[in-house]
Parts: sequence; C-alpha cells; structure tokens
Amino acid sequence: MREPVVKVEKLTKVFKSLKAVDDVSFRIFPGEILGLLGPNGAGKTTIIHMLLGLTTPTSGDIQVFGLDLRKHRKEIVQNVNFSSSYVSMPNSLSVNESLKVFARLYKTKKREKRIQELLEAFEIAGIRDKLVRHLSSGQQTRLNLAKALINDPKVLFLDEPTASLDPDIADKTRTHLRSIKKDRNISILYTSHNMKEMEQMSDRIIFLHRGQIIAQGEPGEVIRSFGRSNLEEVFLKVAREEEA
Amino acid sequence: MEVVYWPLLDLLVWGFITVYLAQYRQNLPGFVTFFIGALILWDILFRSHQGISVSFLEDVWAKNLLNLFTSPLSPAEYIFALMLVSVVKLVTVAAIMAVLAWIIYSFNIFLIGVSLVPFVLNLVVMGWAIGIITTALILRFGQEAEVLAWALGFLFMPVSAVFYPVSVLPQFLQTIAHYVPASHVFEGMRGVISSGVFPLSQLMWSSGLNAIYILAAFLFFYWNFSVVKRKGLLVRIGE
Repeated sequence: MREPVVKVEKLTKVFKSLKAVDDVSFRIFPGEILGLLGPNGAGKTTIIHMLLGLTTPTSGDIQVFGLDLRKHRKEIVQNVNFSSSYVSMPNSLSVNESLKVFARLYKTKKREKRIQELLEAFEIAGIRDKLVRHLSSGQQTRLNLAKALINDPKVLFLDEPTASLDPDIADKTRTHLRSIKKDRNISILYTSHNMKEMEQMSDRIIFLHRGQIIAQGEPGEVIRSFGRSNLEEVFLKVAREEEA
Repeated sequence: MEVVYWPLLDLLVWGFITVYLAQYRQNLPGFVTFFIGALILWDILFRSHQGISVSFLEDVWAKNLLNLFTSPLSPAEYIFALMLVSVVKLVTVAAIMAVLAWIIYSFNIFLIGVSLVPFVLNLVVMGWAIGIITTALILRFGQEAEVLAWALGFLFMPVSAVFYPVSVLPQFLQTIAHYVPASHVFEGMRGVISSGVFPLSQLMWSSGLNAIYILAAFLFFYWNFSVVKRKGLLVRIGE
C-alpha cells in the first residue's frame, strides 16, 4: 500500500466566528496532483497556508513525509516549495540574483546549474539580469514557479500558479509541471479558478464549500456525482446554490 | 500622527534645547562638538532602527515575505539578517555624515577617541531593539502600523538627552530617561568631551539596559509571531 506524503486529519481553522476550514481530512500520494477547488472563501488558500506553517490550525493534524509539521517544520520545508500568483520575489534584485538567494536558503546543490535549467525551462533565461520590479506579471509568475522548483521539492503547493499567464505560457507551464511530476514523482497540491485546467491537471480533486469537503475523487467521478458534464458546470452549480 | 505626534516631539525637543541654551548661553562648552556630534550619533541609532524596520517593509512591499517564511529560514535568522543589513546601512550613512561634517564644519567626530566605539555599539543595539519591536507591531497590525518604521525611534528622542543634558528635563522625564540606554550614551559622550574622563558607569548602565531590551524585543517578536500565525495575519501582510 502506498504511503501518503501529506496526511491531513480533521483540520479545522476558526477565525473569530468564521469556520474557514471545517474538519477536513485528505491524503496526497507520491507523484499525484491533487486539485483543491471551490468558490472564493471555500478554504482552499487557508488549507495551503496551514500546510506551509504560515497559519496555525485551530485543531487537527498535518503530517508531511510522516513527520508532524508542528515539530519538524524546518526539515519538512527543505523538501517542499510553494508558488502563488499573489506572492512575488525581491524586487530590487535581478531574476538571477533572486533565484540565487532562494537557492542558498534551500541549500541547493550545484546552484548555478539548477538555476540555468529553471531559467531555460520557464523561458526566462533572456531576462536573467533584469530587475524583478521591471518584469511583466507573466514573467514574475514564471520566476515564482522557477523559485518553487529551486530545491527540487518532493511536494509542491501551487496557489493559482497560472492566473496571470497568457494561454501559450500557461500551457507550457502545465506541460512542464506534468513532466516534472512524471520524471521526479513530485506530488502537487494545486488550486485554480480555471476549471478546464483543473480537469486536465488533477489526478484527483477535492471540492470545498464553506470550509468543508463536499466531493472528492477523480475529476470524472466528481462531475458524474453532480450529474454535470464538466467541472465548470459543477462549480457554477455549487456557487449559485450558495448565492440562492 | 501629523496632528499630535510630530508637533509634540518637535515641541519637546526644541523646547528643551532652548531651555538648555538659555541656561548655558554664556559659556556653553564645546558647542559645535556637542551638537554636530550628537546629530551624527543620533542618526546612527535612527539608521539602526530603520535598517531593520524599513528592510522588513521592503519585503512586505515586494510581496516576498511568504516566500521567505515558507523557506527553511527561521524568524530568528531573518531578524539576524535584518540586523546585518542595518549595520551595512548605518556604517555607510555614518561615514557620509562624518565626512560631510568634516568638510562643511571642520568637525572631526573621531577626535572623541576610542571611547566612541562602545557608545556607538550601544546606540546600534538600542536601534535594533526598537526595529525588532516595530517589525513585530507591523506584522500584527499591518499597513496601519507601517508609519512606526519611521516614527517609533523618534519617540525616544526627547528622553535620550541627544542635544541637552538629562538635568534639563522635568523630574518625571528624568526618571524615564534613566531607563533609556541612549540617554546614558549621550550623557557619557558629553562627559568625555567636557572632562576627558571615560564615564564607565554610564556605559555599564547603557549596556545593561540594552541587554535587557534586546532580549525583551526578541521575546516580544517571537510571542507576536505566534499570535500572527494563529490569527492568519502573516498571510494578510504577505500578499
């Protein structure tokens, strides 16, 4: 039986009177892409932040690589990384310098070679000396993704990673992520508001609504359980029921 | 801040300078040395404070904070890195000011001698303590508290005896000044300039208070950091 790389048990987060995440349990297995989806405020980002140790859970347990996140955060984050379209890199450094900073923080071996590989993979080698503050939002997103892979992580948390990319670069990014998942057996937790992307990328999805899991399984299973023909329709059904 | 804080600080600092000048106008010893030297030394404290708080704000403005705190970097390592940045910044600023003071006013701050070194170190440490507390407050209260990166250091100016001795202050402010490390530094510096005697007791007081305050600042930061993570505020300021 496969051992999960991430094991979440009865995770709950309460902010004052709001239960942002309510008794959520799930697993992520090696080499799996797990999609987290749901309307705004469903709890997706709060879950990712708790998995990264940025927000302390109200209750519940998080284990990564079989280690308790509360006690072994430093060892765990050495093999984990994160990218979000809402987060950026130090804007007074160049692309190359900012990657060097994070390569040092993660104690990456053969730093120069790794940085060159990532610059080429995300097609930003030509702007390696450009200051981060002068990058377009698409270039910044690609730089964030390059940073997220700097330590060759075993687990990757991606919060809307393709949100500001044009369709061509977004497609290349998805292809690259699928290829590293296949080649390196990396596990990815993925959020996006692009339902087509979620269907394409995810091996399994978890549908969240008001902090609770309302459906989970392979994308096809979830779509069928709602009696719809694609994830977009499922999403609209859940979001509009909420409005009603 | 604009309506109460800055006008009040201006009134206190300039008011006490005026009282001091009125008392000693006939024979103010080492007038130029006192004022220009005090200005350069105060700037060291201020840059030390800003070196931490403004460098932290640069990470906030660049939206880089979450990248840092999701890496293996610990909060203590981050604060130590900010301290190093502040040293680089203040050495640069102090060197520029010292050269300008020498060119424009023929004032050589190094004439004060080696006794300058331990006092300057104490100003740097006090600046770090204020910077760490400011950073903790910005993490906790977000954008509304950003102004503290510039303002909090100045709160200590009236009771730091920068441009006038502690004896000029009213009794209750003298008591407060006694617990401010910078007041012992500036009183000590005046002692060195006027009598040439190294004021060991002032240095001991300043160092002792600083040891307590820097430890308290670290503890406050760590306590505050755990509160910020519990309330989910790190994410709010980091995005």
